[in-house]
Amino acid sequence: MTAVVSQRLKPSGFRISKRVLPYVLSLPALLVCIGILIPFLTSVVYSFQRYRLSQPWARQFNWGDNYISFFTDPKFWNTLKVSLLYAGTTVVLELLLGLAIALLLQKRSTLNNFISIMLLMPLMTAPALAALMWKLMTNPGFGVLSYLASLIGLQDFRWASSPSTALFTVVLVDIWVYTPFIMILLLAGLRSLPTQPFEAAALDGVPRSFVFFRITLPMLTPYILTATLFRLLDSIQQFDIIYAMTQGGPGDTLTVFQVEAYLNFFQSTNVGRSAALMIILWAITYFLSNIFIKNWLRLRERARGQA
Amino acid sequence: MEHTSLLERILRGIALTLVVIFFMFPILWIFMMSFQTNETILRIPPQLIFEPTLANYTALITGKLMTAAGTLDIAFMRNLWNSVFLSVTSVAVSLLLGVPAAYAFARHKFRGSEDIAFTLLSFKFAPALLVLLPLTLYFQKLGLANTYIGLIWVYQLICLPLILWIVRGYFEDIPADIEYAYRIGGHSWFATFRKIALPLAGPGIAAAGLLAFIFAWNNFVFALVLASADKQPVTVGALAFITSSGIQYGQISAAIVLSITPTLALALYAQRYLVEGLSLGAVKG
Repeated sequence: MTAVVSQRLKPSGFRISKRVLPYVLSLPALLVCIGILIPFLTSVVYSFQRYRLSQPWARQFNWGDNYISFFTDPKFWNTLKVSLLYAGTTVVLELLLGLAIALLLQKRSTLNNFISIMLLMPLMTAPALAALMWKLMTNPGFGVLSYLASLIGLQDFRWASSPSTALFTVVLVDIWVYTPFIMILLLAGLRSLPTQPFEAAALDGVPRSFVFFRITLPMLTPYILTATLFRLLDSIQQFDIIYAMTQGGPGDTLTVFQVEAYLNFFQSTNVGRSAALMIILWAITYFLSNIFIKNWLRLRERARGQA
Repeated sequence: MEHTSLLERILRGIALTLVVIFFMFPILWIFMMSFQTNETILRIPPQLIFEPTLANYTALITGKLMTAAGTLDIAFMRNLWNSVFLSVTSVAVSLLLGVPAAYAFARHKFRGSEDIAFTLLSFKFAPALLVLLPLTLYFQKLGLANTYIGLIWVYQLICLPLILWIVRGYFEDIPADIEYAYRIGGHSWFATFRKIALPLAGPGIAAAGLLAFIFAWNNFVFALVLASADKQPVTVGALAFITSSGIQYGQISAAIVLSITPTLALALYAQRYLVEGLSLGAVKG
């Protein structure tokens, strides 16, 4: 089969293909780019329009009105606040927890490897389904976590259905799902560090806190940075966990960017406002991902240089 | 490391136990709930010992739920099938399109190649709804709303960038000299790609395909926006199931167990590829 194909391609195709082939092969990638860019530009246009699905006749350009109205819109400031709070809390907690677990599992042993494989399971669970699992466990009627909370004196702990604890609950689910991601990256990082500095430090009897803060942590920084930015970009856009758990509620406690845009689009059919929200979120992620890409390119060059 | 004190070993043991309990308990608990009747589930305090029943699974698989009020239809198996079909097809299409493209990006630096790669990478992090909301309106006009083809098309937005980036990294790591040597031997470009590049990048392709499958299976928002009940995968279907069936907690747990088992099993079976794909995907892009 291969012989036939290569026989056929060899005499005719090679000269031409050398110039055209890369373009032909990368056509799908180009099409995906276009497939992303068209809706993206459409979103930009929508965001400058007064556009409600319920009043299609009233659709017209209002230029910056959608954006300008955000300044005086307490709902928008709530969205911004909750999104940043959610992203900040989850990333910091997951980073600390992930680093701690990676350090615990650093030594290669059968038990440690087994545990690190088991910890992959939450990460492989669909976030929306993970939210449903926690919803069942925190059900006020029969949820096992509600029962355990009542045992330690929290008689009426309402988890996601109370405005005061809703953020805590979704952050907890996020930590459950995504801490293993950071743990895996940092564990891979820890295990790939060169051993000489540690052996030298051990010979010299350097205190372990000094080794950790002056050797381990600096050498691990590229991994920590990558993991952090990955999680940050993901977390500020969180939709699945929050929507599956509370649909942005109770009230507007958890209307983060994507949830708010979804509700604006499908419930109040306000396409213009929804698009403007997404453009602002995109600007935030673009800013963050530029930092990430620069950092990533530098890392890659450094890896190449050492190799 | 050698002279760890007994106290430290105990503290480490306790910490690890807590970690394992926190991350494993929810899965274990839902698994147990799926074998209980609603009566045992609703009992307080929660029961650790109970008589296991397969009734929840039978109800899901046969699609008929017998309750005191009558028979209730459950379309959950349909969701499960949708998940399998959508994920497998999307990943297959992505691999077919993405692996040659990744090869082109890695081997041939042509005009605009970095621009395409860069655009894909920066949009990998763009909010999904930014693209999805205009797409819903377009899809309605094109007649693609709530079709498998439309969904598989949109799923390419998840799978293709992932495959491109991971596989490209693997192709770049293959020394070009090996390929040149084979080419000088009189073999065509295609033969070189098939006989040399593909096998050498095999682990990377496997890792990328596995990750793409898991991402496709676990995706929620794409299908929530673009599919109605008969095309929905398990992630959306399970949420709808909860709201429609109300108090059938045993069946809901069983549905969750059935929905998460494929990805968990795959992950455990191929965890080496998975860890490699995750680390590469992050460190290499």
